[in-house]
Amino acid sequence: MLDDFLFRAFLAGAGLAHVAGPLGCFVIWRRMAYFGDSLAHSALLGVTLGFLLNIDLQLGVLATCVAVALTVAALHQQQRLPTDTLLGILAHSGLALGLVALSFMSDLRVDLLGYLFGDVLAVGTGDILWIWLGGLAVLGVIVLTWRPLLLATLHEELARAEGVPVLAMRLTLMLTLAITIAVAMKIVGILLVTSMLILPAAAARRFARTPEEMAVLAALFGVLAVGGGLWGSLSYDTPSGPSIVVAALLCFVAALVLGGLVQRR
Amino acid sequence: MSALLSAHGVCFNRGGRQILDSISLSVEPSEVVTLIGPNGSGKTSLLRILLGLEQADAGRVARRPGLTVGYVPQRLTVEPTLPMTVLRFLSLPHRVSRAAAREALEETGVAHLERAQVHALSGGEFQRVLLARALLRRPDILVLDEPAQGIDFSGQLDLYQLIDRIRRQRGCSVLLVSHDLHLVMAATDRVICLNRHVCCSGEPEAVSRHPEYLALFGPRAAQALAIYHHDHDHHHDIAGEPVPLAGQTENGPATADQASREDRQV
Repeated sequence: MLDDFLFRAFLAGAGLAHVAGPLGCFVIWRRMAYFGDSLAHSALLGVTLGFLLNIDLQLGVLATCVAVALTVAALHQQQRLPTDTLLGILAHSGLALGLVALSFMSDLRVDLLGYLFGDVLAVGTGDILWIWLGGLAVLGVIVLTWRPLLLATLHEELARAEGVPVLAMRLTLMLTLAITIAVAMKIVGILLVTSMLILPAAAARRFARTPEEMAVLAALFGVLAVGGGLWGSLSYDTPSGPSIVVAALLCFVAALVLGGLVQRR
Repeated sequence: MSALLSAHGVCFNRGGRQILDSISLSVEPSEVVTLIGPNGSGKTSLLRILLGLEQADAGRVARRPGLTVGYVPQRLTVEPTLPMTVLRFLSLPHRVSRAAAREALEETGVAHLERAQVHALSGGEFQRVLLARALLRRPDILVLDEPAQGIDFSGQLDLYQLIDRIRRQRGCSVLLVSHDLHLVMAATDRVICLNRHVCCSGEPEAVSRHPEYLALFGPRAAQALAIYHHDHDHHHDIAGEPVPLAGQTENGPATADQASREDRQV
């Protein structure tokens, strides 16, 4: 019989994984991994904001992520600084600002490790609702804009010449990424969020012949990683967030080996 | 006849440098127009402005209302991380039926590639897939940016033949960019020679003798053209003596096919 908290944890993790898979594919195709990382790092500033303004923490994180995403998009248009420089500045100043601001609130005892590395075993029913609502909203947007999104990913100029609103597509991806990161923070934590986007999608690449196959497989691998990670966490008494990421890594390595064997045949 | 696409006094600057200086041109229905010019002459900028990818600093671009453009970009590199078969690619951003997709691929001669991954295609194969994709949009005008780049000589001739055939069968206009006049010669109605401004324009032969064209490309370009043209009405026997082509009327235009065979002998 499944323990109740373990079941809740799995439900929460699966809610993240089925969105992170397809979205992670776009992160890989468009080389946005560093962007995801930057959003995630600045999410800690959102946590602080949440405490300061006394609002829901996930709302604070979501607002910060959206603000950072829009800032990156705006600065990217100007092309004054290379994008990776820009992201590096935002990522680490977000994290540092968050930590500094937290230390000023001395009357507050904050479980910092929980935010940095996730605390999925502590999720409540409300969290699960948040995760699934956010997740399904993101998935809905991706499914609805799938074809133009793919064309814009494949060749932005071609898409633009054919009337695809390329800027809107880019913003859509950035905002859905912001929502996903706000959602994922509870599960694997700020520092490990990007891995849930990248690892399952990278593992899926070898077995996919179409983008749809890759997205579905990535979602499956993600759920598998959540299940495996939670099981490992329980069996070996390891922290749950990192265990999920390690499980995802094992998935990826297995896919590399298996994929190599399949291709040799 | 009203023009499908036209530019009126288009100017364009980038980084304090003038790239285009009051360009005016138009493409009429069923017309093949070739933009030609040396590197850095602003061909690509002009094309991007005509396509609406870039805003002109002055002047305006007019399109016939409801115009459908089939754009074939110059070079398309696809991330190998993105799995995509050719058939799937043709269904972006709108779904097309398998039969229609196959028909288009057959028309451009790459039906055997329908299950191939797009990132594994060669430059020439990809050009034809892109062309098939553009045809599926039922374009009023095909816009091709240096379609022959990275393709060997006989492949280039084949490609221009294909473009010519598509134009004749579908009656669509074609606007193409090239830096090689003698290759596009047979398939083009009008050449616009560009070097920041429109140097000269007109029928290919007239342009090839125009002093501004010769100043830009040098007399060797005209010579290459002369050889090419001279070959239209005869071929050579084993001893190298010119022999009139069988079954061809006096002064009749040689087909591109004959021309290509001739060129390979030269």
